[in-house]
Amino acid sequence: MAKHNITVTVNGEKHTADVEPRMLLVHFIREVLSLTGTHIGCDTSNCGACTVLLNGKSVKSCTVFAVQANGKAIMTIEGIATNSGLHPLQEGFHQEHGLQCGFCTPGMIMRAHEFLGKNPNPSEEEIRWGISGNLCRCTGYVNIVKSIQYAANKMKGAA
Amino acid sequence: MGCKTPPEIGGMGHSIKRKEDARFLQGKGKYIDDFKLPGMLYMDIVRSPFAYAKIKNINTEKATKIPGVLAVITGETLKGFNLHWMPTIMSDTQMVLPVDTVMYQSQEVAAVIATDRYTAADGAAAVEVEYEPMNPIMTPFRAMEADAPVLRTDKAGKKDNHIWHWEVGDRKSTDQAFDGAEVVVKEDIYIPRIHVASIETCGCVADYNKVENKLTVYMTTQAPHAIRTVFALVAGHIGLTEEKIRIISPDIGGGFGGKVPVYPGYVIAVAASVVIGKPVKWIEDRMENLQADSFARDYHITAEVAADKQGKMQALRIKTIADHGYTDAAANPSKFPAGLFSIVTGSYDFPVAFAEMDAYYTNKPPGGVAYRCSFRVTEAVHAIERMVDVLALKLKTDPASLRIKNFIQPDQFPYHSALGWEYDSGNYEAALKKAMDIIGYDKLRKEQADKRKKGELMGIGISSFTEIVGAGNSKHFDILGLKMFDSCEIRIHPTGKAIARFGTKSQGQGHETTYAQIIAEELGLPADHILVEEGDTDTAPYGLGTYASRSTPTAGAAAAKAARKIRDKARKIAAHLLEVSEDDLEWDINKFYVKGAPDKAKTIQEIAFAAYTNHPPGMEAGFEAVSYYDPPNLTFPFGSYICVVDIDKGTGEVKVRRFVAVDDCGNIINPMIVEGQIHGGLTMGLAPALYEEMIYDADGNCISASFLDYLLPTAVETPRWETDKTCTPSPHHPIGAKGVGESATVGAPPAIANAVVDALSHLGVTHIDIPITPPKVWAILKDKGVVS
Repeated sequence: MAKHNITVTVNGEKHTADVEPRMLLVHFIREVLSLTGTHIGCDTSNCGACTVLLNGKSVKSCTVFAVQANGKAIMTIEGIATNSGLHPLQEGFHQEHGLQCGFCTPGMIMRAHEFLGKNPNPSEEEIRWGISGNLCRCTGYVNIVKSIQYAANKMKGAA
Repeated sequence: MGCKTPPEIGGMGHSIKRKEDARFLQGKGKYIDDFKLPGMLYMDIVRSPFAYAKIKNINTEKATKIPGVLAVITGETLKGFNLHWMPTIMSDTQMVLPVDTVMYQSQEVAAVIATDRYTAADGAAAVEVEYEPMNPIMTPFRAMEADAPVLRTDKAGKKDNHIWHWEVGDRKSTDQAFDGAEVVVKEDIYIPRIHVASIETCGCVADYNKVENKLTVYMTTQAPHAIRTVFALVAGHIGLTEEKIRIISPDIGGGFGGKVPVYPGYVIAVAASVVIGKPVKWIEDRMENLQADSFARDYHITAEVAADKQGKMQALRIKTIADHGYTDAAANPSKFPAGLFSIVTGSYDFPVAFAEMDAYYTNKPPGGVAYRCSFRVTEAVHAIERMVDVLALKLKTDPASLRIKNFIQPDQFPYHSALGWEYDSGNYEAALKKAMDIIGYDKLRKEQADKRKKGELMGIGISSFTEIVGAGNSKHFDILGLKMFDSCEIRIHPTGKAIARFGTKSQGQGHETTYAQIIAEELGLPADHILVEEGDTDTAPYGLGTYASRSTPTAGAAAAKAARKIRDKARKIAAHLLEVSEDDLEWDINKFYVKGAPDKAKTIQEIAFAAYTNHPPGMEAGFEAVSYYDPPNLTFPFGSYICVVDIDKGTGEVKVRRFVAVDDCGNIINPMIVEGQIHGGLTMGLAPALYEEMIYDADGNCISASFLDYLLPTAVETPRWETDKTCTPSPHHPIGAKGVGESATVGAPPAIANAVVDALSHLGVTHIDIPITPPKVWAILKDKGVVS
């Protein structure tokens, strides 16, 4: 199959690769770039385990072709910590026990990342709707909501 | 429970943050699909579109011509190695790949090995299979009919579709009690087929090294050692003996029972790697996972309770028909074909009871496994907790008072149930009363009465469940003959830091944290200084794995026992260092001191160093111990849940307004983790109560085959769980713990179902099968004339 040359910026680093037009973005991220923190949990855009930021917007990378990301910026779970430490969302999930098996966690955090950017003062109800495209089978969501609230509070303090 | 150790040691009772979080939060977990070995090939599976069909021909020509496709494996290929059949855990047999017949939709028919996953999928799409479809049997009721075709023609002499009959209890005295009873209630209860649907599907990387004749299988398994032994028993004849097999269970993205069985995909990948000599990766997609992996439940129960007019329950009689699909691939201990279903007398003091069950083959996928529960306990709990409410309705009495009237009393423990269990400890009334206080039960009943007058539908549901977990003692519990002990090996290094390895395997439960806390409690080493490892059969001591809430009851006990062996040695070393007799020493948190002279002491770290540098003459060096713990009995966690629902008359939607869960799992290792387990369990109780069901049409098509149709609760449907606890330690467990991972999944569904029935009971409704979906409720409302 003919390949397309694409250039994407992932977590601030530029990558160029030849990919089949049918290659899913999630496979590009996981298998070409070896960034395996982004997971695959379904084939139908229901679970959100593959959520990444594409030009700052959270997308389910199993439903985006790699060629559609050409020229764009991608942020994955591997890219959100800084030299000064974990992102407030990572810290919040740890402090509030917002993860168990950890499989949905990267997608959940990337979704919350965009959500808090748009809504820095969310109510519990807004958080629940905000992450309703991400499934978790372990936690029952209560502590995920608290984790996002923790991050929201911390990010407000830092602002 | 107060904490014995200070926070810097972090023993039992501290809500210390999880050690495993760091890698998961930074995308550095290592799940099965994250493995990428040099030269690795990919496998994709061709599956049957039919539920029951003859295979006329498999044409692999087009597939093998695709560049990058290396091989197509069929039943005939495997037959050449005598690997086309495998045993199930229940000593039934299952096709790895079929030679002539497919028995359920999505059954594996062929496998394509290729250089990458896209090419493997292309190859699978190019395999041409010619089928001759037959009429499938889709219910056990059809399977038992005299004119039903015999499905398992592979079994010589098999003349029907019956698998087994099981019964327990005293049939005669139970029948007598029913004959003379003042009140009898009876209900048909279907517990539908569901799927654990962990967010990570199943998969493996099979890596056969021809030079060393060693097979390493990285796989999503909850029981790595048992898998190794099964592989050795199945593949010994091709030279793969047990020391040549290494199973590595990496980070697991949720298990819940679905990662206990050996699926055909694993075996095909292993066979492919052995034949080709390269690593082969197989990862299911979600549709394969939902359609072909082991299901849970699918029990058709008829339950009857006999009581006197005052509501004292006198007898329980249960008849169940089990749909096992094409083969009995249930994951149960060998002697328990119906799992621990005989816990069905629940929290109540039944003088007599009788339960029987018949299992049948159908053309559905094989199983069943637990759905986050200890071997069929959820089915039992749902039956009894529903029946208590059915009786309360019949007697026009309050379901809480009826429960309190019939509870096993605290002074009756250890309690011998009518169906043969010895319950270790319990205080059921205390848990129920606590839940009633928290939720404001009496006030809610008043609110309900007011709302009913206004035509609004509100219900309150109770479930006072008893679980049975921690399998189990070697006298009764084995899987394929392997006794169900579990193990811990602790090695303490000279500098006082430790590594501990276990025969279990965490799938999110937090073992790396909680096991370290148990050892910290016993030895006073900070939990932070104890590295916990599981899942590698080359290094971990033998164990039966993690399921049925057995990790804390078995391996957790082994951790305490192994630590105590080390403490015994520590005492000898301390006596040597302090130049006193062992009897003159007292243990305190993390040190031995001389009685009456507390400043003369040696800490565990000083003793560890001495174990390698200055050990007493005649004593072997080193500071380690291993324990294989065979529990004397199971443990019996319990709790009382109360749920309040509101029903939208316009849509039939059930909204859970409040849910209070009071759990008792005995002594608690880490309250934060226990609460997290309960939150998750409650959500997996909500799911089958209101949303999830694997549905098949009459032609055998699975119509809940993806997350578009099989509905997992999101954060929106899930209520804000309210949790609390009572603490009744297990008297026989070394640290008084009972296990907690599954209590809530077991206890929650009847609380929700009871609440919905309660909301509709004034209309004459006594039972609704789960999942209680809006169309079901709306149909009832229409039928009863509430809506038109």
